[in-house]
Amino acid sequence: MTAFIIKRLLVAIPILILLIVLTFVLMYSAPGSPFASERNISPQVIANLEREYGLDRPFLAQIGTYIWNIVTDFDFGPSFIYRDQDVNDLIAQGFPVTLTYGFWAFVLAVTVGGTLGIVAALRQNTWLDYLAVGISIGAQVLPNFVLAPILVLVFTLWLGWLPGGGWQGGQWQFVILPVVALGTSFMASIARIARASMLEVLSSNFIRTARAKGLPARRIILRHALKPALLPVISYLGPAFVGMITGSVVIDIYFSTGGIGQFFVASALNRDYGVMMGITVLLGSLTILFNLLVDVAYAWIDPKIRY
Amino acid sequence: MRSATLTDTSYLADAPQGRSLWADARRRFFANRAAMAGLIALTLVAAFAIIGPLVAPWDHEEIDWAVLGQVETLGRPSLETGHWFGTDTLGRDLFARTAQGTQISLMVGLVGALIAVFVGTLYGAVAGYFGGRVDGAMMRTVDVLMSIPYMFVLILLLVVFGRSVLMLFVGIGLISWLDMARIARGQTLALKGKEFVEAAVATGVHPFRIILRHIVPNLLGVVIVYATLLVPSMIIYESFISFLGLGVQEPLTSWGALINEGSAEMRNGTIWQLAFPLGFFVVGLFGFFFVGDGLRDALDPKDR
Repeated sequence: MTAFIIKRLLVAIPILILLIVLTFVLMYSAPGSPFASERNISPQVIANLEREYGLDRPFLAQIGTYIWNIVTDFDFGPSFIYRDQDVNDLIAQGFPVTLTYGFWAFVLAVTVGGTLGIVAALRQNTWLDYLAVGISIGAQVLPNFVLAPILVLVFTLWLGWLPGGGWQGGQWQFVILPVVALGTSFMASIARIARASMLEVLSSNFIRTARAKGLPARRIILRHALKPALLPVISYLGPAFVGMITGSVVIDIYFSTGGIGQFFVASALNRDYGVMMGITVLLGSLTILFNLLVDVAYAWIDPKIRY
Repeated sequence: MRSATLTDTSYLADAPQGRSLWADARRRFFANRAAMAGLIALTLVAAFAIIGPLVAPWDHEEIDWAVLGQVETLGRPSLETGHWFGTDTLGRDLFARTAQGTQISLMVGLVGALIAVFVGTLYGAVAGYFGGRVDGAMMRTVDVLMSIPYMFVLILLLVVFGRSVLMLFVGIGLISWLDMARIARGQTLALKGKEFVEAAVATGVHPFRIILRHIVPNLLGVVIVYATLLVPSMIIYESFISFLGLGVQEPLTSWGALINEGSAEMRNGTIWQLAFPLGFFVVGLFGFFFVGDGLRDALDPKDR
């Protein structure tokens, strides 16, 4: 097991470095100076600014320093627009918010989606099954940026039950709509995957053997069917995580929750390369780390995987 | 007279008709009601995108100064003013804008899927056919690219090199082929051991010719099904970026940009600004999903 984890880590580190290099090269090859703007700034000022931020140094020295600062100080660099801000400040501000509703959306997707899928498979061709299938088909065409306005329209404008934006330190009324908007499509996917794999497991030979032995249905499901049926769900958690990180940008923009996505879009509109690069690298590292965790969990649960 | 008897093929009518894979698939597809509904919906959406701008009384850039400032009342959908879907907050005709946005969204979806078909199929077929180290290196590359949060890189790309439809195509094309490559590789591995490939190898056919003439045609079924299902996800990517205001630029628009505008304005009582683009988005995506599922059922030989 340890060898497997080390092996996977050795794969993850080059990916991480590749991601940093890729974003850095993109930024480096951007036409024009990051400090050029509509206002007329003399070339001397731009040159001074570039020197201050170290942008006049050779490419390898720049990227070397950048990676070195991340590794040793966890420092993702400065903002090129706001002098008194660096990426770490923005992360410290926005990340707790993103993490809060992201966590609950993840919990919603996994628990409700998983339960719905399993129950639908156990009660195949009943109204429960049709409900689950209906939800998972419907959610395919309702990605977060479509669902969010619909939710606000219904629950804020028509019913007036929940606030349509803001965060207020994470009071529950403000968390519900972002969580539902972010989690629903993943919940539906998990329900679909869990249902399909449970149906497959239920028709397999070892379940027939367990039935033939006369084990009670409850025991068959809990002890024999559940674990293999949930394996495809676990391997879907990696892509789901990426999707949620990406989706959090929409949630932050639409609900003004003040999470990290809001800073990302703001920096994209301002062409604040420093912040964009910092957030991309941070979220990319998180994604790679999470995929690593999922792989390890998968190998740990599934005895068929050899490592 | 003799030549006439030679070309007389009437005796063939008595011979039993062979059923090809494709004819069978076509029959199954047309018997599938959900798939047919999807196909009809898609045809209507496409017709709207193509014919809409031609029949609209207003241009998508034109501002109707008469309704400006009173969009909630005068900009309602109505037949008299010629604003069949109403206007947006700037007084631009929503019918023309939705038609134009539908064009962009469909185009992004189709281009993304086409890139996936060409690049992904060839890449996967080459990796699967050669196997060994080549396969290992090529598929590791795909794994690495897939574990990067591409949406952020894509936005980075758009910001750095300027937002344009072309850049959007390039960015979406960069990621769309990855899944296709995996699927094509898996299928190629299964095909590689078949007798007809062995025969081609034995007669000394060049490897790339084997891939193009013998492997790729046999991948077509899977590729078509997957490409159809890829179109809606490409449309979702583009809409996502446009929803954030980072995609296509004014005066061009797309489903995502229109939904964004509509959702920002819905508090002001102009619900049609959200309803029409959202309606086309949902109907269009449903259409693609149902057609894709129908094609899968039709082309999947497991159900014979």
